[in-house]
Amino acid sequence: MTALTNIIRKELKELLTPSTVVPIVIMALLFGGIGSMMGNVAEQVTAKPIVGVVPMDTGVLANISLSCINQTATLAYNGTSVDAGLQNVSGQSGIAVLYIPANFTASIMSGHHGSLEIYWIMRGAGLLDSISSSTVDGLLARIGQEISAYLIGTGVSLPANIVLSPVARVETTYFHNMVMQGVSPSTLGNVLSSQSLIVPIIIMMIVIMAGSLVISSMGMEKENKTLETLLTLPVGRGSIVAGKLIASAMVGLLMAGIYMIGFSYYMGGLSGSAQVNLAAYGLVITPVDYVLLGVSVFASLFAALALCMVLGTFAKNYKAAQTLTMPITLLAMVPMFMTMFWDYNTLPPAAQAIVFAIPFSHPMMAMRSLMFKDYLFVLAGIGYSLAFAVVMILIAVWIFRTDRLLTGRLMKGKPGSGSRKGIWRLMNLARR
Amino acid sequence: MDASDAAAVEVEGLQKNYGKFQALKGVSFSVRPGEVYGLIGPNGAGKTTTLRILATLLQISGGAVRVFGIDVGKKPEEVRKVISYLPEEAGAYKNLTGRQYLEFIARFFAHGDAEHAMVARGLEIVRLDDRIDDKVEEYSKGMMRRLLVGRALMTAPRLAILDELTSGLDVINAQQIRRIVKDEAKAGTTFLVSSHNMLEVELLCDRLSLIHDGVIVETGTPAELKAKHHANNIEEVFMAVAA
Repeated sequence: MTALTNIIRKELKELLTPSTVVPIVIMALLFGGIGSMMGNVAEQVTAKPIVGVVPMDTGVLANISLSCINQTATLAYNGTSVDAGLQNVSGQSGIAVLYIPANFTASIMSGHHGSLEIYWIMRGAGLLDSISSSTVDGLLARIGQEISAYLIGTGVSLPANIVLSPVARVETTYFHNMVMQGVSPSTLGNVLSSQSLIVPIIIMMIVIMAGSLVISSMGMEKENKTLETLLTLPVGRGSIVAGKLIASAMVGLLMAGIYMIGFSYYMGGLSGSAQVNLAAYGLVITPVDYVLLGVSVFASLFAALALCMVLGTFAKNYKAAQTLTMPITLLAMVPMFMTMFWDYNTLPPAAQAIVFAIPFSHPMMAMRSLMFKDYLFVLAGIGYSLAFAVVMILIAVWIFRTDRLLTGRLMKGKPGSGSRKGIWRLMNLARR
Repeated sequence: MDASDAAAVEVEGLQKNYGKFQALKGVSFSVRPGEVYGLIGPNGAGKTTTLRILATLLQISGGAVRVFGIDVGKKPEEVRKVISYLPEEAGAYKNLTGRQYLEFIARFFAHGDAEHAMVARGLEIVRLDDRIDDKVEEYSKGMMRRLLVGRALMTAPRLAILDELTSGLDVINAQQIRRIVKDEAKAGTTFLVSSHNMLEVELLCDRLSLIHDGVIVETGTPAELKAKHHANNIEEVFMAVAA
């Protein structure tokens, strides 16, 4: 073996430890999962949308529209009642009911826009939830094009703007038991996302920053050889754990506050003009809602730090502590992306369970839930986060009371600096 | 008051297992109040494990350990109020100055005037002069050890547990620290020390135990052990016992 290969072998042995490999494997699995969900989105885009139709007009342009709908969409209802249509379409996870009024053809032929009423069934306000409604948008555009082609082909004398854009949409969106007239799902989704986007990002920042502080603190205690002294002082293990958690939370909140100020200016610049006045539909955040949001953030941060404290007990030194922040970063990123792209209600059950189980998810989802007055979900999230935090703190205190903190793994442990060589020697002898 | 009540440290049949490996196989000894008691032995004999158990850092697998009559396994919080532990490889918080570190420790034991008096006592032991206000990260190994010894003794513990007391120190620093220990012992503090340095043990300890492979193999005063093994010094005793 050459000197070079000898060094390479030693470096590989040091670098390829479980603490470096496991987070990468978890990350690969995570991206695999997200990729699979994105694949479902692609299927949604190519799949025929499920719609209902209420054709009250028997004119030629209504028939062209019906023909387009039949070719491009799966028809879940074809009748005369919008309410019955909504019920049928909703039952088959459909997207919209298209109402063609009796004067549709006549209106266009007389030089006016033909109104096409669209009753949207909106299920989620995530960025990718509007994918399904965009397929219907495509269908509506095609109806307009087919009618334009017919008008041009027949040479009817009409104003150019009517020929090129004969259909006018009249949209009504049903979302969370609310009826919003004049609003499309994509517009509503965009407004809601811009309103609630900042919270997930801030939560992710707080969790990563404060969490890494806690883990690093434990790593530094071990690296600087101060932990043994600390544990022999007349101070309860609970006080040590609480002291580290509180101090990290304070610094984390301070850091997040600074980021939040800058970020809110950034977001304010981006969403200066809202397209929909949410207050008109009662979608407002009251002072009580802000208090609940604050409690949710606190409970989540508390849970995150407690989890980090448990992870921190595994940190042998500062370098190991840095590696251990990886799972926390991933755990913070999963709900951030999930809640950004999808509404909790539109996630598959398994994904819902994962998002709910991650305590950092709840304040990320709280803003939207509070807007729709879904207090039970917010309170359940707060309760879960606090219970999670208490369990993690109890585990952390238990670890502090055992040998685990000082000896590391039992079989390969380092029970004492003085006895280290001897035990390793004996362990090696036993292996031989 | 019976003999049991009078003992500063009582260790009876102490066992400690790390998984399948048994580090201590029934260690027994007792230390009298005001005594400087030494625990010596080769690497891996069980010295540090014994001291860590007495310092409430490790749990007991078998046997009994009492410090001034307090059961270490059952009431570790009470034990921590009367002991001070100096690990072999110890450090201090690098962002603090030496003085701030002493103040940080003192606040766990006293408040107000008592706290100031405790820090003043620590400064007297440490004797780092102006360097006490430098950050700990700038200290040499000798300065760091002096700071840690000062930290361990300024609280006037009833029992001071010192692992490799003069580890890494030069002759002058080591001698100064041994003198501090002697003075504190005269003032009433009980010391339990471990060391590889046989000369140090002979100079410092009133009594000592030789530990080997997790069991105590000899106990006595340095003079008794030298006489028993016809040795000129403790190193020769150690070699005779180890052989």
